[in-house]
Amino acid sequence: MSGKEGSGGFRKRKHDNFPHGQRREEKENVNPPSALMKSFKSFQLELDTRHDKYERLVKLSRDITIESKRTIFLLHRFISAPNGEEILSESEVKLDAVRQKIKQVAQELIGEDMYQFHRAISPGLQEYVEAVSFQYFIKTRSLISVEEINKQLIFTAEDREETTNMTSNSHDKQPHTWSLKVTPVDYLLGVADLTGELMRLCISSVGNGDIDTPFELSQFLRQIYDGFTFIGNTGPYEVSKKLYTLKQSLAKVENACYTLKVRGSEIPKHMLADVFSTKTELIDQEEGLP
Amino acid sequence: MSVSEMFAALQGALGQDQDIREEIRKVVQALEQTAREILTLLQGVHQGLGFQHIPKKCQKAREHFGTVRTQMESLKTKFPADQYYRFHEHWRFVLQRLVFLAAFVVYLESETLVTREAVAEILGIEADRERGFHLDIEDYLSGVLTLASELARLAVNSVTAGDYSRPLRISTFINELDSGFRLLNLKNDSLRKRYDGLKYDVKKIEEVVYDLSIRGLNKEATVGAGGEK
Repeated sequence: MSGKEGSGGFRKRKHDNFPHGQRREEKENVNPPSALMKSFKSFQLELDTRHDKYERLVKLSRDITIESKRTIFLLHRFISAPNGEEILSESEVKLDAVRQKIKQVAQELIGEDMYQFHRAISPGLQEYVEAVSFQYFIKTRSLISVEEINKQLIFTAEDREETTNMTSNSHDKQPHTWSLKVTPVDYLLGVADLTGELMRLCISSVGNGDIDTPFELSQFLRQIYDGFTFIGNTGPYEVSKKLYTLKQSLAKVENACYTLKVRGSEIPKHMLADVFSTKTELIDQEEGLP
Repeated sequence: MSVSEMFAALQGALGQDQDIREEIRKVVQALEQTAREILTLLQGVHQGLGFQHIPKKCQKAREHFGTVRTQMESLKTKFPADQYYRFHEHWRFVLQRLVFLAAFVVYLESETLVTREAVAEILGIEADRERGFHLDIEDYLSGVLTLASELARLAVNSVTAGDYSRPLRISTFINELDSGFRLLNLKNDSLRKRYDGLKYDVKKIEEVVYDLSIRGLNKEATVGAGGEK
């Protein structure tokens, strides 16, 4: 204890006799900003700008995620509802709103390296891919391509009429298009999520007494699964992680088809849903084991 | 397009990606090798005799940076110029280390903090993103923080070698650096973690200065070292 006090005393003395000159010099260096301080001031500005942009993008990404999720929920209602067309057009409206957000993202990224902020926007983009490909599947029963998705993400300034007074000159139009490209990896991860939705779609369509959709879905899922196995571990780690979930979804759908085939001929249609739900429970239990 | 065609196309893109990464990794390995050589060279200053040969060592290190520049040139050709951040992780570490080494050399020569532009020049890259392969600000700052811990070590060893004035100069320098970093609003990332270590370096150097002052060694040192020089 006393030693500590002692050193404290010395410390004070050190302040007294040591660097008087030096301290003052240092202060002089700090007050009229030295070159070092000036450059750190500019670093502060640069880092703050970068962090702000990142935060804005994270927020946008979150909004995109939420809206895309809602669109997916909406699309799940499509099967059961009699007014299918209405829901489809409503989903289109919702997706347009999402695209507006993506446009803002694209605007934020003008002149930037997209990959620098990729981590901020990646979750949102994946969710968007999921929503858009789900809608596309319901409409066309096929898989949307990356190119197709990217084509929808080219924005022009047409809906910012307030500023068009100046920009309506034709040569000014060029810089007023923004585009955002979904990366192959984001696309893959989005498609992997899509398979989960398709599995849900399959189960619920059985509940509605729809016998054809499950077979169609199992066909489609198998194609996607083959595609993923073809990619295998060429892709990044996340992709191979999703592969496991994909396998489970596929198994569920295939089992569903199996049940339909075996039991379908024996059981009256209105009871199919019951048989089926017990079957899926069984699968769930099995999966819970390992 | 059928599903399998789509996946084949994607696989092609991913495969190309992997090839690029492989190429980058090769160059980065060479860069790491050079960085190690420079580091070994500069480590010499911590030894008693090393203090007399600082200019010569810096000279040699600068020659090595020539190799770095050619390696950087070849790294630039390995990937599309606008996808810097896509592959950033691969060279981030070695770049930070090189920044540290460049900063160390510049400090030993002139006892000033190297500017970002100067580091970029030493490494043969750009300071500005617009102009090509550049030095990311966070990497620069990380390298500077490594310099701080190296200087804390140098302060201790210069006392052992009988150079009592150097710790005082290092102390001024580190204090200024510290107040510089205080200006930054760091996020909770790796840079922030490295910054948190800076205060220990500052403390270490202050202790050295303290030890010298209570023994009156610092005044004697300035006279003595001045005479030597």
